[in-house]
Parts: sequence; structure tokens; C-alpha cells
Amino acid sequence: MKKVIVLILLAVVAYYLVDVFSQIKFGENRFQGENVRDFYLDKSKNDLHVSNSVTSIVVNFRGFDTLGEVTVLFLAATALGSVLYRRKAHGEAVLFNASTIVRSGAHLLFAPILLLGAYVFIHGHLSPGGGFQGGTIIATGFLLMLLAYHDYKVSHGVLTWVESLAGLTFASLGLTGLILGKTFLENFLPIGTINDLFSGGIIPIIYIAVGFKVGAELTGVLYTMLNEKEYKKS
Amino acid sequence: MDILTISIIIMAILQIGAAIYAVIQKDLLYAVIATSVISLILSIFFYVLQAPDVALTEAAIGVALTTIVFVITIRNTERHEDKRHVKIGNKIIKK
Repeated sequence: MKKVIVLILLAVVAYYLVDVFSQIKFGENRFQGENVRDFYLDKSKNDLHVSNSVTSIVVNFRGFDTLGEVTVLFLAATALGSVLYRRKAHGEAVLFNASTIVRSGAHLLFAPILLLGAYVFIHGHLSPGGGFQGGTIIATGFLLMLLAYHDYKVSHGVLTWVESLAGLTFASLGLTGLILGKTFLENFLPIGTINDLFSGGIIPIIYIAVGFKVGAELTGVLYTMLNEKEYKKS
Repeated sequence: MDILTISIIIMAILQIGAAIYAVIQKDLLYAVIATSVISLILSIFFYVLQAPDVALTEAAIGVALTTIVFVITIRNTERHEDKRHVKIGNKIIKK
């Protein structure tokens, strides 16, 4: 019975794939004189009011790819955690406290690094940078604290919640566009004036979500790797 | 030649030098630092070639995160390349 259902589902998928792809002639120029580059640049400036057109391509026109990238990162972080995370620690962690200078410097730099990361992903639609870059900067801030203090704790529960909420925000914004407009990630919010912080519709919200997600995931990865207990070799 | 071209040539030579150093160095920690130098120069290249988004990504991931993941791995395994075993053909022979 199961096999029959699987076969029917596969047949449906195959039918639609063949149906779509048979309409496209191989190697045909589907833009008839118009350029994808010009279309993207024109649309990101006039229809979305985003001044950083890289962001509008990554998050809006190619937003589905970005969702895939975020999913890949999530899967990689989960796999690493499931391999390395051990609830019961055997042996001693090989970490030790850094010197006073490093600890004071880390304490001083921690908040500015987080602020820089947040700035990079909040202003992703105005200036270079975005969710991935900002999230990575935030993760390096946590890394600094993890290296300076051997007993610095990051709550896995909070990280999981942040990750899940950010991912849900991304996916539900995309689906809302699908319901209200025509396509996945179609913009449905007011676009504001160009070069304003509140412009670009859903793009800043998505990039903030991506920033939180990437930051939480990479922090979790680093925390798991750094706190891996060394087994006593017999 | 203007100053930009000369500095680009110098950086490219540094990059190739760091890559060769990373290959021939037996101490794996130094090799990892050399690869992070490659990433650092690469991010400067991206910035010069007017791709600041990619430059930010390269600086954050290539220089900081990849290096630290390698360093953690080296700390949990061994720092030096194994000198006790020599690989000849498909056989690994103990010295």
C-alpha cells in the first residue's frame, strides 16, 4: 500500500516536472532582448525601494535559494550538535581561563561586537552586509567570550528557540506573500522611501531573521565544539 | 603603474607565498594561520574589486570562523604532522 502511494506521488511530481520543462526549449533566450541584470537593478530601485541591490536579489528575487542556504546551515549545525554534544561529561574539559588582560579586553569588546553585528544586519538593505555577515560577526563576539572564560555558558534552549522563531518568521513571511500576492516572498508591506531605514517592505525583516538565525546557529556550533570533553585514553 | 596596481601585485605574491607555506609547513597550527592570511588578502581583493558584501562574508567566515574551527580540531587531535609513518605508494610504513 505504501509503495503504491509513493509511486502515485512520484508520478504526480514527475508529471508536473515534465510539464514545466517541456515548455522550455533547451538553450532558448527567454528574455527576448531584455537583460536579467537590468530587470533586477530597475526593479530593486523602483519597485522595492532597496538601495543595496545585492540584498534585494539575495532576499527577494532569489529568496528561495536563501531559504535553502539557511536550511543547509541549520542541518549542518544540528548534525554537528548531535555528533558532539554529550550530556554526561567524562574527563576534564581542556579549556582554561585566559589572562586578565584578555578577559578584560573580551568583556570590553563583547557589547560593541554584538552592536556591529546587529548594525550590519539591520542596515542590510542600505549598506554592504546582511544577515549572514551580521550573524557571523555576532558569533565571533560569543567566540571571544568563550575563549576568555572557560566557564562561560550559552543556553542551548535559548539558542534553539531563537533559531526556530527566526526560521519560522522567514518561512511564514514567504508563505504570506504566496497567499496575498502571486509568488513566494512577494512583497506585501509598504515600501517606504528609498535610502530610509524603514524601506524595502519585507526585506529588512527577513534579513533580521536571517541574522538572528545564523548568529544563534554558529554560536551553538562553536560552543559545542569548544566544550567537547576529552575522553581519557586508556 | 599606479599605486593600486603595485599593491595588488604585492598582495597577490603574498597570497601565493602564504599558500605555498601552508602546504610545506609541518606544524599544522602555522599552516592554518597561513590559510587565514590567504582569506584576509582575498577579502581585501574583494573590497578593491567593489564587492563589499562578499568581502564582509570572506572576512568574517574565512578569517575568523574557519580558522577557529581548524584550531579547535588541531587542539583535539595532533599539532604536528606524523613523522613516524611514511607513505610509499599505497602502503603506510613505520619508521
